[in-house]
Amino acid sequence: MKHSNVAYQVMWNRLISVVEEQAQALVRTAFSTSVREAGDLSAGVYDVKGQMLAQAVTGTPGHVNAMADAVAHFIRRIGTDKIFEGDIYITNDPWEGTGHLHDITMVTPSFYKKELVGFFACTAHIVDIGGRGFGADAASIYEEGLYLPIMKFADRGQVDQTLLKIVRGNVREPDQLVGDIFALSTCNEIGHRRLTDMMKEFGISDLIKIAEFIFENSRRATIERIASLPKKSASGELTIDGFEHPINLKVKISIQNDKIISDFTGSSGLDKKGINCPLVYTKAYACYALKVAIAPEIPNNAASLAPFEIIAPVDTIVNAVHPAPVALRHIIGHFVPDAVFNAFDKIVPSIVPAEGAGCLCNFQVSLRPASDSTLSKNAKRSEVLTFNSGGSGARPELDGLSATAFPSGVMTMPIEATEHAGPVIIWRKELRPDSGGNGKQRGGLGQYMEVGAQAGHEFDFQAMFDRVNHPANGRAGGGAGAPTTIQQDDGTQMNGKGKQFIPNGRKVIMAFPGGAGYGEAKDRSLDQVKRDLLRGYISIETAAEYYGLNKEDVDEVQKAIENGEDF
Amino acid sequence: MPKKTARLGVDIGGTFTDVVLEISGGSYSAKVLTTYIAPENAIIEGMAQVCSKARVSPSVIKQIVHGTTLATNALIERRGAKTALITTEGFRDVIEMRTESRFEQYDLNLSLPEPLLPRQMRYTVPGRIDANGNELVPLDRADIEKVVHKIAVAGYESVAIGLIHSYANDTHEKLVRDVVCELMPQTMISLSSEVSPQMREYERFNTVVANAYIKPLMKSYLDRLKGKMNEAGADCNIFLMHSGGGIISIESAANFPVRLVESGPAGGAVFAANIAEKYNLDKVLSFDMGGTTAKICLIKDFTPKTSRVFEVARTYRFKKGSGMPISIPVIDMVEIGAGGGSLAQVDAMRQIRVGPESAGSEPGPACYNKGGDKPAVTDADLVLGKLDPENFAGGSIKLKKSSSETVLQNVLGNSLDMDAITSAFGLVEVVDENMANAARVHAVENGEDLSQYTMIAFGGAAPLHAGRLCEKLGVDRLLVPQGAGVGSAIGFLRAPFSFEANRSVYMSLSNFNDKKIKNIFTELQLEATKFVKDCDPISEILSEFKVYMRYSGQGWEIPIVLTKDQAMIPDVDIFKSRFIEDYVKLFGRAVDGMDIEITVWSVNATTPHEEVKSIMENSHTKNTPSDGQRKLYDHQTEDFKVVDVVLRNNMIAGSSVDGPIIITEDETTIIVPANRTAICQSDGSIDMRLKVLK
Repeated sequence: MKHSNVAYQVMWNRLISVVEEQAQALVRTAFSTSVREAGDLSAGVYDVKGQMLAQAVTGTPGHVNAMADAVAHFIRRIGTDKIFEGDIYITNDPWEGTGHLHDITMVTPSFYKKELVGFFACTAHIVDIGGRGFGADAASIYEEGLYLPIMKFADRGQVDQTLLKIVRGNVREPDQLVGDIFALSTCNEIGHRRLTDMMKEFGISDLIKIAEFIFENSRRATIERIASLPKKSASGELTIDGFEHPINLKVKISIQNDKIISDFTGSSGLDKKGINCPLVYTKAYACYALKVAIAPEIPNNAASLAPFEIIAPVDTIVNAVHPAPVALRHIIGHFVPDAVFNAFDKIVPSIVPAEGAGCLCNFQVSLRPASDSTLSKNAKRSEVLTFNSGGSGARPELDGLSATAFPSGVMTMPIEATEHAGPVIIWRKELRPDSGGNGKQRGGLGQYMEVGAQAGHEFDFQAMFDRVNHPANGRAGGGAGAPTTIQQDDGTQMNGKGKQFIPNGRKVIMAFPGGAGYGEAKDRSLDQVKRDLLRGYISIETAAEYYGLNKEDVDEVQKAIENGEDF
Repeated sequence: MPKKTARLGVDIGGTFTDVVLEISGGSYSAKVLTTYIAPENAIIEGMAQVCSKARVSPSVIKQIVHGTTLATNALIERRGAKTALITTEGFRDVIEMRTESRFEQYDLNLSLPEPLLPRQMRYTVPGRIDANGNELVPLDRADIEKVVHKIAVAGYESVAIGLIHSYANDTHEKLVRDVVCELMPQTMISLSSEVSPQMREYERFNTVVANAYIKPLMKSYLDRLKGKMNEAGADCNIFLMHSGGGIISIESAANFPVRLVESGPAGGAVFAANIAEKYNLDKVLSFDMGGTTAKICLIKDFTPKTSRVFEVARTYRFKKGSGMPISIPVIDMVEIGAGGGSLAQVDAMRQIRVGPESAGSEPGPACYNKGGDKPAVTDADLVLGKLDPENFAGGSIKLKKSSSETVLQNVLGNSLDMDAITSAFGLVEVVDENMANAARVHAVENGEDLSQYTMIAFGGAAPLHAGRLCEKLGVDRLLVPQGAGVGSAIGFLRAPFSFEANRSVYMSLSNFNDKKIKNIFTELQLEATKFVKDCDPISEILSEFKVYMRYSGQGWEIPIVLTKDQAMIPDVDIFKSRFIEDYVKLFGRAVDGMDIEITVWSVNATTPHEEVKSIMENSHTKNTPSDGQRKLYDHQTEDFKVVDVVLRNNMIAGSSVDGPIIITEDETTIIVPANRTAICQSDGSIDMRLKVLK
């Protein structure tokens, strides 16, 4: 049957809604907080060659773009002659999946009238995969947990019980992980059912024509955008804390007629600890940065991602290969956009933001009754993971976003929910005044957090922070954001990364970094400076010293606060 | 309540105020323009119109049930009172930091919605309760006084109090309230432990702030309304529709105005639920499409699906996460920017996009000929022959088809290399697909399969699109009830008195405590019943018991309905089996070996449901005379076809017509697709089903 362009447009929209349904089913049934609360997941539909047709809007860029390449690996590893109806495949291979062992990717072939028509895939970040636990301390991938090469989880409907036993025997929360694996396969199944409905409704027997329509329109739209850019190249750089030594991220962006190449040659070598980044994850965030800058509204698929190419020498921090440790690869990945923006801004100014907090400010606490405590036997041991964000960089025309994840797309957890997860007490979680970089547009504010335990408990604190020694740099004359600080309430300094012991009665006091400013502070409008002071985003000292606010204006603002006014 | 009394249903919407008078079995309706400055004036005007139609004086009206968008609009337009928040030290910015995420990941210039109260209006006090309700740090009266003194000096009209874990222990919030009461006796106060005693600080604080923010405004409106009604001779009780689909007293409404948010659409859902019961339809999808938005709601066993939290004032293309969460018992709906006035454009992928921008009533769609230069859904409907240019809104607005064709060609056709007709077809297909997608996602979020559902369509634009929507969703049967244009106001008159009381208390089944459960339910029942007794001291009051349960470690609870015995004589095995049964139904398989926990407890007290007479269904018995013919676009052949037009007024019980055909009436037009037959039922509903293949 011949279909009009209108019918193909409807089918394209439908596919995007099918994968969104797929993602929502995963959120509803998952156990890991990282999936159900924070949305650290991805879902997509692919053609028979493994080219991605559509991807759920729900999800985070690291997964979204990394999973685009995964299905082709599955087809190659399983073998086209061994793909059967009722199969489900699994992996957590960092290099053929989405970058670390904590991401489980599952792929289900979709059959319509006995013929293979495509694949559904989904990825989720699970809380534990055994090994040392989630953190930076491993020296190789072997210490980071259980490795599942690409294999069949179910063969023609039969779940591999041996595989399940091995999984259960190697992780800290076996029920939770197995529950999550079933949630992932359920979500692919829901995608498959909806696809079947669509094919029936439109009377099609394969996805070839709709794939052509999607790819043709996406390719043309993406290349039109690239063609409108100057054919130039420029380099950008960024230095961050790393684990033991500072890390340099270097990228050269070259804009050609029909593609953009990001070349990371010159970036630092591997780190000894688990913050190295597989190429697929670097690519995901490089691609995200360029797409968000030039073609934000074009949906993700094989054709819209293809024009973004990446080069990175093997054994650099952005192209770690087996057996390098990669558990916290997100730390590097989340800084890739800042490096790309630093280059892109030299080619097309006034689009990308100043540097921001970069990586998420995550930490995990492992609580237990203190050795000197007289707590009852009911006192429990708990693992509590939290996701938190610093400030994003100021934009050319807008201030940065305060305490908001960028480039990551995840959410934080309510502190009332966190305190139900274990004997942890969050004493403070609020905005950090004066942490946004000064500028015509101000950087987003970071946040303060203070964490302790219920009386009688001690804990290990697993830190996953950066920007302690390398705060976000401003753009176009804007000031730097405030750096990360971390210490105990008795003044004991702590490290930005790694596992650290906190004795009974102590608290961890943290200040997460602010985003950098954009443009010179002297050009900021008086109204905005007064509003920032009114709301307490900046102190009187900052208002006077950096923005030159005079005494009368300060008094006016003080008066407004006393009178409960806003402007 | 006695059947013969005259009752008035009033729905204040964004454009129109709908008034419905029911008296001695008769029903009279009026639509008047909403009077923004003094909304009560439109009510008085509408009341006068329906009373004159019914030839009665307002004094016969014994009861008014009222729903309104005023609360919603005050939140959207930020027209609330000067309000301060008092919260726990260390948590001043909860309502500003939100979920720390971006609801749209691909927009570098994203702006997050501003919190209702800017930072300088948020004050903190020491003191701390933990997750189990124990006091970690005491709260000193002197510290409260310092803060309240500042608030008094600043002259705030309303104060919201929201402290960490107050749902588990409200003594600190009450202490703050006492001090505010003493030092600022004129100020209105709202407590988070009263307005929304649920875990999750962002939602709870935002809800109490929203309540405090609109409280003075709503109180003054409700007082004026009462006065005006008395002046007009209607000396009667006024009740308010709430978001959960029940009605509460004017006093409760003034104390908890946040519960009035989205009460209009809730009335629509109650209207559809009532029709569902008449037809004994246990699975219904209500579809309400007006000028700017479409609302879709699932109704099972004659009861609209409810939720404990929803989002108001979405700022970014109705996108999830771009509004503010309000945690109150609410009828669960999806609302998307798809209405008769929604405008179309072409995007970078050369695809047609429709909405959420709307033409409104000024300038309106291009065919209104008032200067609209972008094509709206109504323009496309007109060009495709779905609407009669001479007979829109009962002939009160003359539509100009050539204006529609011009803008369709200019905005869509020229960039996509299509003629105006194909552009119109593309536009309508896109908006129908948008609505279908919203319905599908909503269904999957609720574990439902829409192919087993019947659609009930109302609102001015719904009957034009409902037939195609049913095809897209695989829905076999579609009902367009009478009074579809004022459905919400009719729904108000069908709603029972009800109040739902909720509480967050965590309990795992491994620590099951039947005594504690009995206490919680007893308290909740007392609280809920009190609200209902205030409205109706005579009727019997029924209680519905519900718990929200999940596997320990999951984030999504599922609601489990308990019988009175199951709630009041709690048994751990019954709780467990009830949960597993429902979990398997939703998600396919239980998860062995995991502890199960209860997170929220709820009791809904309600007066007995008005008895509904079921409809004796008619089958095809009579043909209907044709009133003429016109060209209607057929989406399957992608060409026009000449079809008959019949008047709804000419259809009596048993009349039937075969699609494709157009049924017209003053309020709307019903399109019957080619594969359907429409039968008029004895209550006047048009009942469309798939043709039986002969």
